[in-house]
Amino acid sequence: MSDQVNTPGRTGACAEALLVARGLRKAFSGKTVLDGADLVVPRGALVCVLGKSGTGKSVLLKCVAGVLRPDAGEICFDGRTLPAGEGPERAAFRRRCSYLFQSNALFDSLSTLENVMLPLEQTTTMRRREITERARAVLRVLELDEFRERFPSQLSGGMQKRLALARALVTRPELVLFDEPTAGLDPLRRNAVFSMITRYQVELGFTAVVVTHDLEEALVAADRVALLDEGCMRFAGTPAEFRASADASVRAFRDSVEDLRADVAANRAHQPSRRAPHEPLEILPK
Amino acid sequence: MLQTLGHRTLGAVAELGDFALFTSRSFSAAVGAPRLGRRIVRAVYEQGVRCLPVVLIVGAFTGLVLGLQGYYVLARFGSEGLLGTLVSLTLTRELAPVLAALMVVGQAGSAIAAEIGIQRNSEQIDALETMGVDPRRYLVSPRLLVAVVVYPMHAAFFTLIGLVGGYLSGSVLLSLEGGIYWSSVMRAVGPEDVRECFIKAVVFGIVTMAICCHNGFNAHRRPGLTGARAVSASTTRAVVLSSIAVLATDYLITSALV
Repeated sequence: MSDQVNTPGRTGACAEALLVARGLRKAFSGKTVLDGADLVVPRGALVCVLGKSGTGKSVLLKCVAGVLRPDAGEICFDGRTLPAGEGPERAAFRRRCSYLFQSNALFDSLSTLENVMLPLEQTTTMRRREITERARAVLRVLELDEFRERFPSQLSGGMQKRLALARALVTRPELVLFDEPTAGLDPLRRNAVFSMITRYQVELGFTAVVVTHDLEEALVAADRVALLDEGCMRFAGTPAEFRASADASVRAFRDSVEDLRADVAANRAHQPSRRAPHEPLEILPK
Repeated sequence: MLQTLGHRTLGAVAELGDFALFTSRSFSAAVGAPRLGRRIVRAVYEQGVRCLPVVLIVGAFTGLVLGLQGYYVLARFGSEGLLGTLVSLTLTRELAPVLAALMVVGQAGSAIAAEIGIQRNSEQIDALETMGVDPRRYLVSPRLLVAVVVYPMHAAFFTLIGLVGGYLSGSVLLSLEGGIYWSSVMRAVGPEDVRECFIKAVVFGIVTMAICCHNGFNAHRRPGLTGARAVSASTTRAVVLSSIAVLATDYLITSALV
């Protein structure tokens, strides 16, 4: 691993990075999902957490966000260790952090504008007029202002994603956690989402952690990448270091297309008489 | 078998404790909650305005049936003049708070349990937590506060329309003098009867609304069930448990106040 995570004797990483998670463990019904995962997120960086499906990427993010409580491990935010349960420290962290759910988690009974206003209405003492202005400003940046009276179900998938981002950004967070923001999208839309994240990260100056399994997009957009495999962080470093890494897990993930190509070629080579595309399968009734 | 019994007993005790904590935290979260007004207005609409027609219809028919049955039973003893007493006391002390609560559970409680269950299912409750918004304060507190006021109002409306129903069947359809009916109503119902009616309605409101919200809130914890089936199971459970709770607490309050 290229990055050194904070150990009990070293407090430097915890103080320098905006977010440090170390030794996170989480099991569900006896099945271990996170097995001592570490994550270091430098201030202002875009960190992509890569990994196969089911390796615990979303669980890691949910543990950081406080949606799930880890069985063991420690999370430092801005140099302070967050308590496991609720309390003022956790509440302060939530005011400075936003979470973008894979499913968007929009309030379907609220309009676009009301969705964006909600976190400000419920967590600040701002006047309603100020809240409306700020929410509309964010909607204008994300090109959603003309749809402010519509309900989430009346928006397209991409617009819903932007609305979720607007809701996440309206509180002007220092840290935004993105849980698979490109899941189920075609390559063009994947690019658009990553472009949107990097654009608003520069404009609004937040630190971002993006959980994804879109390797190419992550390597282009991220300042740092981390690879989670079997509950442990196998790699953490720059995209260039990731490309050059000789680690077996990194290679397996990075070279998966090459492996697929080899598998396909081998499968076809071992097939004695390949069926022509127009020939019916023998198992089908003639 | 003993082990299963033990597990189930422990599970029931744990859920009861969780329910008590959930209810008390939801009430305490209302203190100093920002912008509660709009949530309260919405809760008044869903528990009050939308349920009122059902409550009035059931109240009217309950009064009609009570008037009819009561008249013929009392006529056997030559005591038709006591019909107003029978109808008013039965409605005020028992039927109005109980039936109105059951109607609100069927109409609003089930909808609330399903709505919160879907919000749990679609991660909206998790989203509230990540925003730093207490989901109990946002989703449950306004509904509990409103239940304290709306349930007694429903009971009052139920009683009034039921008395009119009793008058219609006893005096308009049958041969009891209207003046006798209303004067016996006025003589029979005292402040202690109204107090009992309102105490029951308030308790039913808190208990049933808390049960419905709790079941929706914990829809993801239904063993062996996920997604839409977990929501439907939670909704059914909320209505069944609320109905049982209404009748059980009714017995307890009645035995305490009689």
